[in-house]
Amino acid sequence: MIKPTNKYSSQSRNEKASLILSYVALTILSLLWIIPILWVVLNAFRQDAGIVSKDFFPETFGGVINFKLLFTETYYGVDHAFLRWMLNTLIVAVFDCVFSTFLILSVAYCMSKLRFKLRKAFMNLTMIIGLFPGFMSMIAIYYLLKSIGLAGNTARDTSWLNLVGLILAYSAGAGMGYQIAKGFFDVIPSSLVESAKLDGCTNFKIFWKIILPLSKPIIIYTALMSFTGPWMDFIFAKVIIGNAPEMWTVSVGLYSLMFGSQPKQELFTQFAAGCVIVGIPIVSLFMALQNYYVEGVTAGAVKG
Amino acid sequence: MSENKTTETIEIKNTSIFVRFGKAFIKFFTKSIPNFFTKKLPNFFVKLGMGIKNGTINFFKTFIEGSVGTKLSHLIFGAGNIYRGQIIKGLLFLACQVGLILIFVLNPTVTGPNGIQVPIGFKALLNLALQGREASDDPFDPHPADSSQLMLLFGLLTIGLLFLYIFIWRLSIKSSAQSDKDIKEGRKPTTFLQDLQALIDGKFHVLMITPTFIAAIVFTLLPTIYMICIAFTTYNLTTMTPDEGTPTSLFHWNGFENFGAMFSGEGRLGREINARFFPVLGWTILWAIFATVTCYFGGILLALLINKKGLKGKKVYRTMFVLTIALPQFISLLAVRFLLSAEGPVNTLLKNLGWITESISFLGLETSGNNVALARTMIILINMWIGIPYTMLMTSGILMNIPTDLYEAAKVDGTSQLKMFFKITLPYIVFVTTPYLISSFIGNINSFNTIFLLSGGGPTVKDAAGMAYTAGDTDLLVTWLYKLTIDKGDYNTGAVIGILTFLFTSTITLITYRNSKAYKEEDTFQ
Repeated sequence: MIKPTNKYSSQSRNEKASLILSYVALTILSLLWIIPILWVVLNAFRQDAGIVSKDFFPETFGGVINFKLLFTETYYGVDHAFLRWMLNTLIVAVFDCVFSTFLILSVAYCMSKLRFKLRKAFMNLTMIIGLFPGFMSMIAIYYLLKSIGLAGNTARDTSWLNLVGLILAYSAGAGMGYQIAKGFFDVIPSSLVESAKLDGCTNFKIFWKIILPLSKPIIIYTALMSFTGPWMDFIFAKVIIGNAPEMWTVSVGLYSLMFGSQPKQELFTQFAAGCVIVGIPIVSLFMALQNYYVEGVTAGAVKG
Repeated sequence: MSENKTTETIEIKNTSIFVRFGKAFIKFFTKSIPNFFTKKLPNFFVKLGMGIKNGTINFFKTFIEGSVGTKLSHLIFGAGNIYRGQIIKGLLFLACQVGLILIFVLNPTVTGPNGIQVPIGFKALLNLALQGREASDDPFDPHPADSSQLMLLFGLLTIGLLFLYIFIWRLSIKSSAQSDKDIKEGRKPTTFLQDLQALIDGKFHVLMITPTFIAAIVFTLLPTIYMICIAFTTYNLTTMTPDEGTPTSLFHWNGFENFGAMFSGEGRLGREINARFFPVLGWTILWAIFATVTCYFGGILLALLINKKGLKGKKVYRTMFVLTIALPQFISLLAVRFLLSAEGPVNTLLKNLGWITESISFLGLETSGNNVALARTMIILINMWIGIPYTMLMTSGILMNIPTDLYEAAKVDGTSQLKMFFKITLPYIVFVTTPYLISSFIGNINSFNTIFLLSGGGPTVKDAAGMAYTAGDTDLLVTWLYKLTIDKGDYNTGAVIGILTFLFTSTITLITYRNSKAYKEEDTFQ
């Protein structure tokens, strides 16, 4: 039993101990967390370009040789392939970001603040469709896009159409993922909308002038998610772009360096360098907008 | 959070999520399903019957009571609108009708993969029978082989267009009847400009939802129905020609044969599904439970650690953890895969330390020495690496929202820190994040990236004769589906697996989602 007089000092000692324990635990964990990533970064700067290293720390550091090779080498018969892939991904990401954000926000607003016939039916439909594995529809989407010439083009002069198809495929499904944004709009008091209506505002004006200015976090969250999507996804891109290496997105390209139809184990250091190049902008964008991300995630989780 | 929300939280704390799920599970099978067949289904048909009856009565009523224009609208779209002076609107309706009829009658064709012309329109409906012709170099009638994929796709598309035709037909009649009503009640029929203005006010939702609605039908519903149809066809490896990898040849309907083969185990694919379906399903469930629970509670613990009072450098720690969310998974997961490979740094380190002499096959990717239990454990552990930071971020947000007066009251009562955690913090977090728990469980069932990038489904499983099955020991239903379709071209089997996956996930979702507060109070909480 602790005597009353000792209570405070012992408690503070306990607290100190638990704080130190927390520091130790957090440091060990965060090391575990960054070791694999650190290893990729170290390999990107390795001098002896080549296969997966046996050791954690490369023997020699060579600065930027791998990056130089990455930007100048010809992969899969495409000159400056990596640059092309980066550019392709950027184009897809920008268009997808604009279209998807627009679609998601407009659907979310309607579902949250407007009441109309078939509203519940639409919500149930999107939920049921969402339960089918995405691959089920992927093959049919491929044929659909192919039949209008927007997928699977391999000729150099038409292969850019694959990217149009990819943008279409990414943004077409976007509007169905409105739930998180809806959760956010739900929290905005309906009284705001109703009083604006009494003042004679049209629904469009309410959305544009009242709701959107209040929704900066969710707009940024939605835009961030749809912009980073194309950098992260590679299955969909792989299927739709198919056998046109000059139109691959960066994830398909880098994956193909190691596991594709002409994989080369000695390209590992260039693969690592590519990962660093892709990782830096995405990670910094993410870090800069982290608070909005947390807000979006929390809104989505709490409201489902 | 409002006042009564918090009291509710406290009351709910004693029933754990598992108990609630278990209860919901039992309720689903003892009450909801019988209820569905005894009440909801008959009710649905009664409602449907009433709907059809009322619709028919309304239909004749509109026809009989309508003006000449409305009557004419039943035949010629937009006639009623033109009759009432709404020229532009009427012409738009008419253009839709003419356009659709032209498509039906003229059957425009799309060039298929080997130069075959595949029609859209009424001919496409006939093609739905999937009686495509083989290639022939008959001098009087040479033609390449038909493309069954496109026949099926365009047949479904034509059915969609038929629905569209009926929809616009109803719209045109309704619009004409509305004008009649306006005239009758002494108003002027709306002008085209007024109709457009209504789109940004009273009918704002039409403007906002239509693009998504169309996209959802064309790019999600149509493809899904297409793949469901594929499950009832002979479309697989053997019906494809290796011609440049483009599938060009024919397949036919075969009813429930694929489902039958699954139970009887006959044929190449029947054998595979029969032997592998339940093991894969079992692992999928096991995986989903472990992946969800480890990431969920791991994330909560990490959030509590990071948000500890008096801890410095919160931001630095947080940033390090968040790296795995921010980094594309093909980078982070492939990095781990290389780290753990037979010749990789981890194995080398262990060898140098003298702990092992042979490389350990952590992910079951090597030619020998694979261990199923080890591969599965490693995958779940690595998934924690990816998933914990996500829950951590979310929980951090929620922790800040816990009403502080709860803690103050507890402090006054002399409650210990540990007790406060189990009686206040944890129940609160679990209560608030239940919807997330459900959606992350479903997400894990369909978690493609983790398995595909880490183990690719390995270690491979072989039958008694030494033939490898498509589904390995760490394959989930989705990765199996991917391998069967994209890798192997066994589309019909893949579609069967897809349908079974859907049945499985939808059962779970229905149990949990319909019982959740988020669903029941969707409308009320504003």
